[in-house]
Amino acid sequence: MGWGPSGAERAAGGWRSGAVWCRAGPVGRSAGSEYGAAVTELAQDAEFVAARAYPGARRPDRSRLVHSDGVGLSVVEWGDPGDPALLLAHGGFDFAGTYDEFAPLVAASGWRVVAWDQRGHGDSEHAALYTWDADVRDAVAVLDTLGPDPVPLVGHSKGAGIVMQLAEALPHRASMVVNLDGVPSRRPVPDIADHERTRLLADELAAWLDHRRLARTGQRKPDTIDGLARRRQRMNPRLSLDWLRYLVTVGARKDPDGWRWKIDSAMRFGGFGPWRPEWSIPRMAGLGVPFLGVIGLQPEEMGWGTKPRDVEGVLPAGAEFHALEDSGHFVHIEQPHHVAGLVTDFLGRHA
Amino acid sequence: MSSTTQRVAMLPHLKVELALHELRDGHGRPLLLLHGLGERTPDRIPPYLQGWPGPVHGLDFTGHGLSTVPHGGGYTCEALMSDADTALEALGQVTIFGRGLGGYVGLLLAGSRPREVRGLVIADGPGLAGGGSGFTSPAILHVEPGTPGPPDPWALVELARDIRPADYALDFARQASQLSGLANPITVAAIGRPDWLRAVVDDPFVAVGTVADALEEYAAIA
Repeated sequence: MGWGPSGAERAAGGWRSGAVWCRAGPVGRSAGSEYGAAVTELAQDAEFVAARAYPGARRPDRSRLVHSDGVGLSVVEWGDPGDPALLLAHGGFDFAGTYDEFAPLVAASGWRVVAWDQRGHGDSEHAALYTWDADVRDAVAVLDTLGPDPVPLVGHSKGAGIVMQLAEALPHRASMVVNLDGVPSRRPVPDIADHERTRLLADELAAWLDHRRLARTGQRKPDTIDGLARRRQRMNPRLSLDWLRYLVTVGARKDPDGWRWKIDSAMRFGGFGPWRPEWSIPRMAGLGVPFLGVIGLQPEEMGWGTKPRDVEGVLPAGAEFHALEDSGHFVHIEQPHHVAGLVTDFLGRHA
Repeated sequence: MSSTTQRVAMLPHLKVELALHELRDGHGRPLLLLHGLGERTPDRIPPYLQGWPGPVHGLDFTGHGLSTVPHGGGYTCEALMSDADTALEALGQVTIFGRGLGGYVGLLLAGSRPREVRGLVIADGPGLAGGGSGFTSPAILHVEPGTPGPPDPWALVELARDIRPADYALDFARQASQLSGLANPITVAAIGRPDWLRAVVDDPFVAVGTVADALEEYAAIA
């Protein structure tokens, strides 16, 4: 009658919790097979061919699968496999392919650029559960495939937060940290009455729960490549339609009834939770490795809204910091050559 | 007026199936039991809940009891709130009795679905405190591969570290008090007082009392 395990569960050992080391390892996948097959099938699709011909973009040189505690992660690489490695983390609702222009530029400077699709994103497995901590564990699983030596950790937006947490948790695995428009600031507190705030939060919570009820059976709406690109431009208004059409060819799949983003439909933009963004500030300030921060000053919906004055006194000692006046949140997409130059110069100085 | 049954409904929820146990059928608003961390729905209604006049159901959270044990962890109390919301969708309006972790998850749901949760009793039990009320040094948690479950060892390690700021918990309590239309939508029967629960208890619309009194009050709600 108790609240503990049933007799059968106890007999099966279900009582016990384990907390010892488990290491994820790479699982072989023939390089490029996934993309090769897809491209072959899509070679007759004129819209796909036109969208894929984005100048400057280059699909990864290699791909493989890494298992992180049973969750399959798609890992991709640009550059010579003999070059020193760096780990590159994408932002929320993005995927490794959003680095298809930036990463080759970094690789051309002599780096093996290793990125992965976060669980539920891109070509990685859709998991039952998603958390920031699980994303950091997944990052460590990918990092472990690169050997024990510390490597530069580079991330954009949410990916920057992930690599900063990784660098705090495992400082011996990070040689440098590069933060691309994921520099934290104190959350702005809207000037509204308490009862109104309660109503807003309640509406947000109900909407989140409703979304999860609907996501049980629903799937994302299909569209053409151009249609998906135009819908995404509402969230990424500063990115060109040509680039977004290219992203569709990488981050979406072609079903019989049209194109759909590969991202898990259970995910929902926005959200809530106990984590306070300002808790990231002392984390960033305490990093003990060379640090480069690059932010874009043009406001947009997905941006963090951090201003140069926000980071005064909270950057790590000796940090390098650039605020780009004419860029929004996606600094590496809006100004790939300039930002890749800043990053490779920084990496080269500290390597 | 009612009979003891052992029926289990498996409710699909995103990528898992959740076990909803019917411990007693009957008429009226159900009492929904939410277990503590590492526990499962009991086989029978505990004696201290026998006074509930209507049906009694218990939900096994993800990774617990008969519910799916997923790969790779990623547990949060918010995800468990979504589990409980799946039970709510199946049962309609409920009164909730939550032990430990289940009490905190019940608070989140009472604040998020204030018109559907008609009274919440928070009792002592495993996982009441969680991982504290503020930010902590991050750790990369590991679980021995192949560790059998349920309960999922990832649930045990992650939900014992789940951060519960006092003002965050208070937001949910205030939503329940302002939007439920009930005089006392939450009753704290627990004697434990982690920071989040101390803040909730200080809210004037939150009662402190016995399980029996709370169930009697909530059963009388139309």
